[in-house]
Amino acid sequence: MMLLEVQAVSKAFGGIQALSTCSIAVEQGTITGLIGPNGSGKTTLFNVITGYEKVDSGTILLNGKSITNSKPDVVFSLGIGRTFQLTRIFPHLTVLENMHIAARREHLNELFSRWSSTHEQRQALELLDLVNLLSHKDDLAGNLSYGQKKLLEFALILVARPQMILLDEPAGGVNPTMINEIRRYIRTLNQQKGITFLVVEHNMEFVMKLCDTVNVLHRGTTIAGGPPSVVRTNPAVLDAYLGA
Amino acid sequence: MISTRVSRLIGIFALIALVIFVGIFPVGIAPNDAVNTIAVFTLIGAIAVVGWNIFSGYTGYISLGHAVFYGFGAYTFGLACLYWHIPGGWEPFLLLPITGLVAGAFAFPLGWISLRTQRHTFIVISIAWVFIFQLLAYNLKGFTGGSSGVFMPLTPWVAPYADLPFYYIAFIILLIAVFVSWWIRHSKFGLGLLAIRDDEDRALGLGVKTNAFKLTAYVISAFFVAMAGAIFAYYVGSVYPEQGFNPAVDLTIVLMGFLGGVGTVAGPLVGALFVTPFQQWLDLQFGGQGVNLVIYGALFLVIILLLPRGIVPSLQEKWRNWKEARQTRLADRTRNLNKEPSSALAERGGEG
Repeated sequence: MMLLEVQAVSKAFGGIQALSTCSIAVEQGTITGLIGPNGSGKTTLFNVITGYEKVDSGTILLNGKSITNSKPDVVFSLGIGRTFQLTRIFPHLTVLENMHIAARREHLNELFSRWSSTHEQRQALELLDLVNLLSHKDDLAGNLSYGQKKLLEFALILVARPQMILLDEPAGGVNPTMINEIRRYIRTLNQQKGITFLVVEHNMEFVMKLCDTVNVLHRGTTIAGGPPSVVRTNPAVLDAYLGA
Repeated sequence: MISTRVSRLIGIFALIALVIFVGIFPVGIAPNDAVNTIAVFTLIGAIAVVGWNIFSGYTGYISLGHAVFYGFGAYTFGLACLYWHIPGGWEPFLLLPITGLVAGAFAFPLGWISLRTQRHTFIVISIAWVFIFQLLAYNLKGFTGGSSGVFMPLTPWVAPYADLPFYYIAFIILLIAVFVSWWIRHSKFGLGLLAIRDDEDRALGLGVKTNAFKLTAYVISAFFVAMAGAIFAYYVGSVYPEQGFNPAVDLTIVLMGFLGGVGTVAGPLVGALFVTPFQQWLDLQFGGQGVNLVIYGALFLVIILLLPRGIVPSLQEKWRNWKEARQTRLADRTRNLNKEPSSALAERGGEG
């Protein structure tokens, strides 16, 4: 069953066509990679899916229902969380406070209740433990190392129990040990909680080892898709990357 | 090591002591009426800055236009007394929540418009409101009394007790404002506001309804600032456009906020405690020539340069660093103690 379907989406910024009738589909419960050379439209695709940019044409479906041009908070409440290429956490809040930002606020009384006494507190602490940040819970998030910030950004989305997480270069600027850890967390969450992942990454080894399916974007259009072993030998992909 | 529970208990006792001190100040501690007058102005300033902080401090949207709500409060109070023929005394104080509600009702459309902009543009728009409403107050003579303003009902109280009703009413409103500010700071709503301050787009992407959050904070904030304006007008006996919708009020509020520390519960109170008495002294010494405004501006620059985060956040940081250093020292000591027996054994082994 398809969880996310992007159908012929186009997006231009002035004279630059960032996405051109781009289509991808992500099956529920899978880890899907999205690769492509710099400027191929990967981050723009993330932005239009999550509502940070509006599409010029095309449709985006989540569980068969259109979420095209929905606002970011609506997309998030429907179960899609994302991380950013440059980590975006809340630097002047503590690590634990960061974890509570993404907690659902469905009722008015919940909104005005103390965040530290809610049922999410236990979950937040468990998730911090999962990513080895429990000992830093009272530290300001801005004081964490870059790798720890990546993990925090990843963990805070999980508080809202998303169906799907879009990861924008999770291994970017992170040391090899941390890369392995991040890969392990993604796999664990995918297998144990059934969370679907769409991962943009330049680290080919990371993508090939982690993903069930890989889509390749070039000049705003999908040029290939399939299992990693097939995609890596696709002549169109080699052509796009090597410019032959 | 001081546990969290003990430090919380110390905090509660300190708070109770402070409340008792402020409670008995005008009758048991203040040396004369002049000090009581400054104390009343300090409490009024504190209400205004605590209210302002609920919006500007928590969201990071620095409003230089909250004098609009101060003016709304003052005018609503004066006009209600005038048109409803309310005599001076305790009765007019019952109008305070109404002045807050009226300002809140006005804050809704004003906020809806100005919060479509962000950061610097928002600051400019917020200043514009003050001048727009000042002009309206001048020109709607039939309603606001124009440049003559509105006179408040005369109070029946005489010296040395004339200040006391204002002092205690302002103190009660301040306690409510601080409680609301504290409650918001520790709620999910408050956390959403702080997230907006750090990264609004990111907060939106994590499900925070940023527009609704900002507008709600703006309205709550206006409610308290208006009550401060109403108490001020009743205390000084009148309100006129230049005084009600006064940009210098905004400057003072922002100065108090930045000095104490914006975005904290205690910071604005600390700021009010320093700035208002200083302001009263300046007004007395240099008010006639307007030099007081030059000194305000200079002081504001000095604070931004030397204490960009304000007194309370700077102290909080020092406290956090001290605790971390202490924990590190304790951990080192424990590690050394654990090492000692093994090294002692090794030494004994060497002897054998």
